[in-house]
Amino acid sequence: MSPVPAAPQATRPRPRTPEATPPPRPPRRFRPADLWPYLLIAPTLAGTAYLLVYPLVRSVVISFQHFRLGELIRGGAAFVGFDNYAEVLGGAEFWTVVRRTLVWTAVNVVLITLISTLVALMLPRLGRWMRLAVMSGMVLTWATPVLAATTIFQWLFQSRLGVVNWLLVTLGFDSFKDYTWFADGNSTFAILVALVVWQSVPFAALTLYAGLTTVPTELYESARIDGASGWQIFRSVTFPILRPLFGLIVSLEVIWVFKCFAQIWAISKGGPDEATTTLPVYAFQIAQSLHKYDLGSAVSTLTVLILIAVLITHLRRMLKHEGEQA
Amino acid sequence: MRPRRVLLNLAALGVLAVSVFPVYWMVLTAFKPTTDILSETPTFWPAHPTLEHFTTAVGTPGFWTFWGNSLSITVGAVLLALVVALLAAFAVARMRWRGRRAFILMVFIAQMAPWEALLVSMYIVARDTGMLDKLSMLTLIYFMTTLPFTIVTLRGFIAAIPPELEEAAQMDGCSRTAAFRRVVLPLLAPGLMSTSLFGFITAWNEFAFANALIIKNQADRTLPVWLSSFSNVFGTDWGATMAAATLFMLPVLAIFLVLQRRVTSGLIAGAVKG
Repeated sequence: MSPVPAAPQATRPRPRTPEATPPPRPPRRFRPADLWPYLLIAPTLAGTAYLLVYPLVRSVVISFQHFRLGELIRGGAAFVGFDNYAEVLGGAEFWTVVRRTLVWTAVNVVLITLISTLVALMLPRLGRWMRLAVMSGMVLTWATPVLAATTIFQWLFQSRLGVVNWLLVTLGFDSFKDYTWFADGNSTFAILVALVVWQSVPFAALTLYAGLTTVPTELYESARIDGASGWQIFRSVTFPILRPLFGLIVSLEVIWVFKCFAQIWAISKGGPDEATTTLPVYAFQIAQSLHKYDLGSAVSTLTVLILIAVLITHLRRMLKHEGEQA
Repeated sequence: MRPRRVLLNLAALGVLAVSVFPVYWMVLTAFKPTTDILSETPTFWPAHPTLEHFTTAVGTPGFWTFWGNSLSITVGAVLLALVVALLAAFAVARMRWRGRRAFILMVFIAQMAPWEALLVSMYIVARDTGMLDKLSMLTLIYFMTTLPFTIVTLRGFIAAIPPELEEAAQMDGCSRTAAFRRVVLPLLAPGLMSTSLFGFITAWNEFAFANALIIKNQADRTLPVWLSSFSNVFGTDWGATMAAATLFMLPVLAIFLVLQRRVTSGLIAGAVKG
C-alpha cells in the first residue's frame, strides 16, 4: 500500500484495510447497473425490517399503551402515556430485579474475565500436548449446547444421586448429604453462575490466547532483559497491547450475561422465591404468565436502556471505529 | 524452575478436568445401567455399558418429530442466512454506493440486537402476522439472529480476495456473475463454512424463542424445548435424560470435531472483527 496519502484522504485518515482503496467511481450518469447494490441488500433490509425493526418499534409502542389479554385478542389498545413506566419504576420489585441483574452480570463477568485471562496466560507456557489437551477440552465445553449443559448441571447437582454432593461428602462436608441445591435461592444463583462461567470461559480464553500469540516475542524479551517481573510484563506489555481485545471480550460478556435467559429459564424459571429473576426473565414472566404485555414491554425497553448505559463507552468507541472503517 | 512446571501442569489438569468432566459425566451416565446410576457411590468408569437409555430416549413419543423440527429449522435458517448474507456482503465489499456506510452501521447495530428483550413483542408480532405456532417463524428468527454476523464475516473474507482476480477472469471473458462463482466463491469456502457452522450451532441451540412462540401445537416443539421439560418426559430417569442430552449434543460436537481448527479460528476472527 502506498504511503503517499491521496488528496481526498488527507482530511479523513483511514485504517489500512483492503477496502481502503476504493475502486474508481462510476460516471455520474445513472445506469441500471447502479441499482445492483440495492437489489443485493434488499433481502437483508426486508428481514431486518420485519424481524428486528418492527418488533422493536412494536415493543416501544406497546410500552406506552394499555395492552393486556383483552387488547391482545380484540385489538384497539389505548395510549396511556408513561403510565406503564410509572407503574414499573414505582414498584420496589423492579429495583430489586435491577440490582440482582447488575450483581449477576458483575459476578459472572469478573469471574469469566479473571479465569480466562489466567487460562490464556497459562496456555503458551504449557508443553505441546498439554496445551492441545486443554484447548480441546475447552472446545468441548464450548460445543456443549446450552440446553444440554443445563440438563447436565441439574444432574451434577442433584440432591441424592448428584456427583457434586457425593464429592463434597467424601471430602468431609457432611452437611451436603442429600443437599437440595435448587430449593434455595442463593445456591441456585451460584449454580447458574457456575454454569454460565463454565460455558463462557472457553470463548474468552481462546480469543485472548489467539491475541497473545500476536504479541511480538521481542517485546517480552526486551522487558525481561530490563528485569521486569512477570506481573510487570503483563501490566506494561501484554495488557496495553491487548487492551482493545480485553475491552471487546468484557463488553461481549456483559451483553451475553446481562441478557442471559435460556439457562435461567430452563433451570429455575427465575425462582426459587424470585432469587434468580433477572431483567429478561422478569419481562417474560410479566408478559407470559400475567398477560401484562404492556408492563413486560416497558421492562424490556428499560432493560435495553440499562444495557446501553452500562456499555455506552464501548459502544461509542466501536461505532466510531467502524464508521471510520466503513 | 522445576516446581513451577509441576504447578503449571497441575493447573492445566485442573482446567482440563473442569472442562471435560460435565460432558464426560453426561455420556457416562447415558451408558450406565440404572442400578449403577442409583448406587450410593458413583462409578467413574463404564463397567457394564448399556444402550437401554438410548433406546428409552429414542422410543419416547415424538422424539423423531422434535429431531426433525430442529433439523429442518436449523438447515433452513443457515441456508437462508448464507444466501442473503452473501449478496449483501458482496455489495458492501465490492461496490460503492450511496448509503453503504449507513448500511454497515445498521448491520453492526443489528449484530448487537437485544434479542432476549424482544421476546414479548416478537410473540405479538408473530400473532398479528399469523406466524404464531409456526416453525417457519423460528426459521426466520434464527436466520435474522445469525445474519449480521454472517454478513460481517463474509464481507471480511470477500474484501481479502484481491479484486484483480475477478477482473482478470472478466478480462478472460467471464461475466461478473461467472467471475464471482468461479473465482470468489471457491476462495470463500472457509468463510462460508465457519459462518454456516456458527449459524447451525446458534439455531440448533436456541431456546428462548422456540419456548415462547410454539405454544399450542406440542408436536412442533424443538429439541431444546423438549429437553428442558425432561422431568415431565422422563421423570427421574437420569439415564434416559442424559442419553437424550447426548443425542442432542452429537451433531454440534460432530461439527466441532470435524472442523475444529476452522471453527475456532473462524469464530475468533469473526468475533474479533465484530
